Amino acid sequence: MMSNPIKISAKDLKAFYGPEQLLMSLNIDIPDRQILGIIGPAGSGKTTFLRSLNRLNDLIPDFRIEGSITLDGQDIYHPKFDVVALRKRVGMLFALPVPLPKSIYENIIYGPRLSGVGDRKKLDQLVESSLRSAFIWDEVKNRLNSPAMRLSGGQQQRLCLARILALEPEVILLDEPCSGLDPISTAKIEEALTILKEKYTIILVTNNTKQAARVADRTAFFLMGSLVEYGPTGELFTVPQDKRTSDYITGRFG
Amino acid sequence: MKFLGEKGVRRVLAGIAFSAISALLLIALFIIKEGLPFIISYGPIKFLLSSDWQPQAGKFGIWPMIVASVWVTLGAMLVGAPLGVACAVFLTEFVPRRVMGVIKPTIELLAGIPSVVYGFMGVMVLAPLIRSQLGGPGLSVLAGAVILGVMILPTIISISIDSIQSVPNSYREGSLALGATHWQTTYMVTVPAAKSGIIAAIILGMGRAIGETMAVIMVAGNAVKIPISALDSVRTLTANIALEMGYATGQHRQALFATGVVLLVIIMILNSLAGMSIRKKAGKR
Repeated sequence: MMSNPIKISAKDLKAFYGPEQLLMSLNIDIPDRQILGIIGPAGSGKTTFLRSLNRLNDLIPDFRIEGSITLDGQDIYHPKFDVVALRKRVGMLFALPVPLPKSIYENIIYGPRLSGVGDRKKLDQLVESSLRSAFIWDEVKNRLNSPAMRLSGGQQQRLCLARILALEPEVILLDEPCSGLDPISTAKIEEALTILKEKYTIILVTNNTKQAARVADRTAFFLMGSLVEYGPTGELFTVPQDKRTSDYITGRFG
Repeated sequence: MKFLGEKGVRRVLAGIAFSAISALLLIALFIIKEGLPFIISYGPIKFLLSSDWQPQAGKFGIWPMIVASVWVTLGAMLVGAPLGVACAVFLTEFVPRRVMGVIKPTIELLAGIPSVVYGFMGVMVLAPLIRSQLGGPGLSVLAGAVILGVMILPTIISISIDSIQSVPNSYREGSLALGATHWQTTYMVTVPAAKSGIIAAIILGMGRAIGETMAVIMVAGNAVKIPISALDSVRTLTANIALEMGYATGQHRQALFATGVVLLVIIMILNSLAGMSIRKKAGKR
């Protein structure tokens, strides 16, 4: 059933914010080079889970995690694990596009330059190839030096995707990437994702169940911090095993 | 009834706001009225650029004071700006919020210390130290710059902190998620995004430094001459007014008001620069 090898594995994962428990003992294996869709109502722990995968939650005071998450078999919460290196391997796209207040070109090379790529020719190449993969090259190729803030919301989001691709990561996390976008930009992002999964493991948190049905290979349904159901997208949407899943996907609550 | 109340409140508030503005306006008008005729009759170029200040002989050139004010202020910026900005960056980005909650009010308390006390510290500690370690009279440009530099720290720090804190957290997260370290994120994203606010903080600090009087009188030595080195004793524009106003009459008195006009213009320019810098930031978002 799971044809690809396992890329990320969470075991008995619990997350706490102060006294509040956000994730209830989660167990999930995420296969390599597929799109995993995560659906669930607000407050179900989707984003918390996602942000645990690149340890962005570390920034929040009073946040703490129990259990383990492994990436290629290595525990990413091990004290000796390099967080900065982790974030280069596990890129993240946020709900609201957050281009840095710099030019389009500089936004793309921000990551590569931090990891020491200085050769201008290589950077130029990287900018073009990542903008192409994010389906935005044609729209911006003539104004690479203009401020990224001047792009439209949909373009900004694709720029942010390109910026992640320029890092050549292994995993891409997407946190409701299309929630603020028009249908055309959404379609472009979805198209990019289905091509990108050839090379990357993609985890897509979405409030739009139809989006998960369209692009995800496997889908996970979260509810109140627990993983209720997890399986191939076709099965989860047609023959859900759990009543709560079928209620949610048919729109009876959430 | 409710409508009337609403209107009444608005009128009262407008009155209060206007009285604050009119106080400022009256002060400006008064100084200009007393000082401007003198500048015109004495000759603006001679007044600003001559270095002869001998009130008894009817010679009023404030060039040495302008130079002194500029040097002391620039020196204060050299001390205060890097220290203040570094402190603000450290406090916002590298210190837990709880600690910050203790330190920030403490720094703001610094602003409440009377300038005489700063001057006192300068006279008793700093000037003797400079005299024994570096030579010269001790009461000098250097002493003034260091004391003023410390005095303007609260201004620079608290305004810089506000502007760094107002940088959206999403910028930091966006940068960290791209594999930047905490420090790389700070100097490549956070500080540049807060740049205009930090510049405004520095300019406002500069305005404070140039306008400060008491501490400067106590530590700068007050000799009317163009300083050759940082160890020379100088008299700033503000010190000049405060020292001589008590006994000045006639033309001498007018010359002091004219000095006030010069100061007012300098500070107005600095303030509008700060305002422009802040507005530029507001426009960008």
